[in-house]
Amino acid sequence: MNQRLLIRSSPHLRERDSVPRIMWSVAAALSPAAAMSIYFFGWDAVALLAVSIATAEATEVACLALRKAPLARALDGSAAVTGLLLAMVLPPMPLSASWYCAAVGSAFAIAIVKHCFGGLGHNIWNPALAGRVFVQFAYPAQVSLSQWMVPRALMGGTASLGDAITQATPLFTEAPIHPRYLDLFLGNGISGSLGETCKLALLVGGIYLIVSRRIDWRVPLFYVGTVFALTALLPARGEGPPPWMNDPFYHVLSGGLFLGAFFMATDMVTSPVTPLGRIIFAAGCGLLVVLIRFYGAYPEGVAYSIIIMNTITPLIDKWCRPRIYGSRPPRPAPRTT
Amino acid sequence: MGFAIVSGFEILLRLCALNASPQTMPERSHFQEFSKGIVSQNAVFVLVVGICPTLAVTTGLKSAVAMGVGVIAVLTCSNVIISLLRNVIPREVRIPCFIVVIASFVTMIEITFKAYLPPGINAALGIFLPLIVVNCSILHRAESFAYKNDVGRSLLDGLGTGVGFALAICLVATVREALGNGTVWGYSWLPTSWPVEYVPASILIQAPGAFLVLGLLLAGFNWLRRTRERP
Repeated sequence: MNQRLLIRSSPHLRERDSVPRIMWSVAAALSPAAAMSIYFFGWDAVALLAVSIATAEATEVACLALRKAPLARALDGSAAVTGLLLAMVLPPMPLSASWYCAAVGSAFAIAIVKHCFGGLGHNIWNPALAGRVFVQFAYPAQVSLSQWMVPRALMGGTASLGDAITQATPLFTEAPIHPRYLDLFLGNGISGSLGETCKLALLVGGIYLIVSRRIDWRVPLFYVGTVFALTALLPARGEGPPPWMNDPFYHVLSGGLFLGAFFMATDMVTSPVTPLGRIIFAAGCGLLVVLIRFYGAYPEGVAYSIIIMNTITPLIDKWCRPRIYGSRPPRPAPRTT
Repeated sequence: MGFAIVSGFEILLRLCALNASPQTMPERSHFQEFSKGIVSQNAVFVLVVGICPTLAVTTGLKSAVAMGVGVIAVLTCSNVIISLLRNVIPREVRIPCFIVVIASFVTMIEITFKAYLPPGINAALGIFLPLIVVNCSILHRAESFAYKNDVGRSLLDGLGTGVGFALAICLVATVREALGNGTVWGYSWLPTSWPVEYVPASILIQAPGAFLVLGLLLAGFNWLRRTRERP
């Protein structure tokens, strides 16, 4: 038999990609932002990251053992990336609070959101974001949305690391003087979740993922673009809104938008598969973020927007099913008069 | 309108009857008549009926015990009365007759609870005490058991089903109160020193926590049953 003639059905060309390769490249893309978070928040950030990742891996091993799946799957990096992402979206907090907030969130993300729905590739929601939302409802006092730790300033600023000193995030401030664009972009003196403040680091990681074709450029572009357009167009709520309320640059550079747009909304499991579906998904996320920021009770809505759009992802996939090559949609029979 | 409600109940009962195994097949001993409602046909964890009070009043063990006592009393009494009247109640209007009997006992329980229970517990039970009238598990037992069996068996069946329901909601309530509020029966069980401190996750005593805890317990019992059937 001629060995060079392969007779079998498609696929004939295979990607060399595997789950560990993808996961570790996502982790690499997140590393600049993680490094910046350690610079900004010191040992508290290290502890939060360590607790979150360690709990995620431990829960993954326990769930795999319970499901009688090969334990080697715990090494594929998916649980570690979930733990890393969860730590990045949690607010920085002292170790006395972070060890159980991060541990409970991580365990919930892996055990309930991922393994109860069938494990890797079967979850409906992004596990890290669902863990974040769970922790926020479970510990409303510890995961406060109005009081945030002050980060260390860049380049010669005074180091003000301490539990007692807190301030509002850029999206919650009522002060007439608000941060400059450059400070927002670099995260200089900006409070927020652990990994969301330095947009430059997130942008570097995101561009690496786009160039290496791990994520679709459409999602971040349309997500951020929708937020940009709508914050400029929609009227702000109430009388005398803060001066930044209708400033699209300010909105795009504040909060968790970059982290969500590059690393959360692009999750391959929980976002649509077709290009059109991804555009609808990203625009829907952007719309929800602006609605929550402008008219909702919370200052920030990136987590909720992605969770809600995750929920309707199967519907979007159904609407955007591409035409099968060679087929045509059924046409109504010609009417004979 | 009344007709619509009654036919709604009909559909509900048909569904319940589909879930339950046939009652008349082999002769059960009196003890089995009592015990089947606790384990093999547990209202909450096996038949999944009576979920509304299970979700609503399980924020604390005290209110769950009060609800459990109420359900046991109503279920046992209405089973006995319906069994006594089973040859008198015309088949065509049996559901309204059951409801009248059940509602009478619920009213008695409600008045008694208002007189003797501490006000906090009574407030926690709220609307869910009068709503025992439409608790599926009570109608289910009336329709599928008490209407077809003698008084002694109906009494045991009512007691067993009621105890099974009460145990189930007490279990849900214990988990939710212990993990969500850090207390059991109002007493704190948490050590206060740092390394083993457990900080209560308040989501568990809110509405989403009820669904989470019930779902996880259901999954746990299904898993137990499956491993027992297939050793």
